[in-house]
Amino acid sequence: MEPLMNIDRLSTVFFTEDGKVTAVDEVSFSIREGETVCIVGESGCGKSVTAMSIMGLVEEPGGKISGGSIDFRGEDLLRLDKNTLRSIRGNEIAMIFQEPMSSLNPVMRIGEQIMEPLLVHLRMNKKQARARAIELITQVGISRPEQIMGSYPHELSGGMLQRIMIAIAISCGPKLLIADEPTTALDVTIQAQILDLLRGFKENSGMSILLITHDLGVVAEMADYVIVMYSGQIVEEGGVVELFQNPKHPYTRGLLKSKPVMGQRLEELYSIPGQVPSPLALEPSCYFHDRCGHCMDVCRTRQPQLQETGSGQKVACWLYEEAEVYV
Amino acid sequence: MSEALLEVKSLKKYFPVKQGLLGRTVGHVKAVDDISITLQPGETFGLVGESGSGKSTVGRTVLRLTDKTDGEVKFKGVDIHSLSAADMRLIRPQMQLIFQDPYSALNPRVRVGDAIGEALLDHGLCTRGEVRELVLEAMVACGLSSYHIDRFPHEFSGGQRQRIGIARALILNPELIIADEPVSALDVSIQAQIINLFSKLQQSKGLAYLFISHDLSVVEHLCSRIGVMYLGSMVETASRDELFQHPLHPYTKALLSAVPVPVPRLKRERIVLKGDIPSPANPPSGCKFHTRCPFAVEVCKAEIPLFRDAGAGHFVACHLV
Repeated sequence: MEPLMNIDRLSTVFFTEDGKVTAVDEVSFSIREGETVCIVGESGCGKSVTAMSIMGLVEEPGGKISGGSIDFRGEDLLRLDKNTLRSIRGNEIAMIFQEPMSSLNPVMRIGEQIMEPLLVHLRMNKKQARARAIELITQVGISRPEQIMGSYPHELSGGMLQRIMIAIAISCGPKLLIADEPTTALDVTIQAQILDLLRGFKENSGMSILLITHDLGVVAEMADYVIVMYSGQIVEEGGVVELFQNPKHPYTRGLLKSKPVMGQRLEELYSIPGQVPSPLALEPSCYFHDRCGHCMDVCRTRQPQLQETGSGQKVACWLYEEAEVYV
Repeated sequence: MSEALLEVKSLKKYFPVKQGLLGRTVGHVKAVDDISITLQPGETFGLVGESGSGKSTVGRTVLRLTDKTDGEVKFKGVDIHSLSAADMRLIRPQMQLIFQDPYSALNPRVRVGDAIGEALLDHGLCTRGEVRELVLEAMVACGLSSYHIDRFPHEFSGGQRQRIGIARALILNPELIIADEPVSALDVSIQAQIINLFSKLQQSKGLAYLFISHDLSVVEHLCSRIGVMYLGSMVETASRDELFQHPLHPYTKALLSAVPVPVPRLKRERIVLKGDIPSPANPPSGCKFHTRCPFAVEVCKAEIPLFRDAGAGHFVACHLV
């Protein structure tokens, strides 16, 4: 399938009081049409900043995209002028966030917020937009759409608000939906509903999803292709089945082993020792080396490159640099 | 059977809903409605449920951080809600609380060593000369280094702060720790470290935990008995293996099936619940779950199901079981 978006060596930096932080460090990947790509990683690994960079939401002077390109259907998003970017954003690329409560305007009725992109991007008239908004609310599984149109965000629950966010996001028929931890703030039963909803839309409309999450369970359920990030870099990527069955990078293995899994109780959980290094003090090395059980001399001094392994996976680890070594 | 460490009987906690200029009470939010829990020394009881199910209020009422409406909380045979403030203070060190958010549970201007030792001095359990030694001991037991003692909370990561929170509870040598979502704010790799710390401390010190969580996989890992709450009521309690292998209540089944499992392309039967948890101020009639229950029949709308023994200590409140 054709790649819908090609991200090439994207780097995003932030300027803090203590110095420059490279939040996204030469990240490259592509998203094909109709595919769900998941970026998984722990807090601070740069997964959300990657999404923000794609949407052009990293603003100077706080931070900036310092290099690379984001090719979307033949155009580099980073080189577009503001107006063209605006016509793509919310239209062909839409985004939903973790906190639906804080993404919606608290003093605007739900109906107006759903109608807004329809009026702006699709140039519908008010009557058409209203009819379409009611249709959208029904599509995301909310009953009594007319009543909801007139409600304010505080009158709805978190799960309902996330549905409204999805309704707004899909209103213009986007080619790509970026979902940043869309279910993290929700209860499991509501999470199951929202994931079902997203999957349904993807299957019906052929839209691609870039899903950002820290939950490996959600990844297994949703992803076609998985990208594992650590300290701003991709450490491993591959098809979902291969990656879960045969994780290569010690960090991916550690992550999978440290998650308690229902029905597979262990006396003691595996845990990755130590913690994520400070982004301010990164030396050229494998950033995972001081937490890794297989650390070698080379890991402390040189950075491994992301390389393809036999099974179509890519991994950035010195263990796989020459020949495949069994860990 | 030995005497239970904690015995909660028909505990109720209602919050009044006030309205109008005069602030008249127009109704009650039944946050906790007839909950019973028995906890043996050294045991872990897991309390699970969605947000708004009342599980945190149970924890707070058990510790008498908030007054009960009705029922009984017995700690080592003593009804703690009938104690005087002075007697309550004497018993407090034996029951400690660990919070979800280690960021807001620590005073940013107090050095962690002082934060951990404060309660000891406050309760007069040691002298100023001894406190530093005891703090160091508790810190090391919780996996912190001794040089951390004079640092401030902002210098620590989330996982380390949770360790500080645990050390602060542990230093009083409690017999019961109520842990309210203690690992929910942590990343997976750190979460595993803290879960292991909880089990290690239990083994070495014989602690009993009342572990409140919404994450069933964490609860399965740590708890020997589990209670499932819905809208302030207990719908099912059973031993861990029993609950996970033979859940009886439709809500428990739905909860279990909703947890994402990290196995791709796994085909399993999922019970997807419709709608949201109803408002506890105006709970549905009969069985509170009937509005979302895929198996509800007429009787569920009219009659409140009894919480009864379905055999071998497996309690459930459902008309259909």
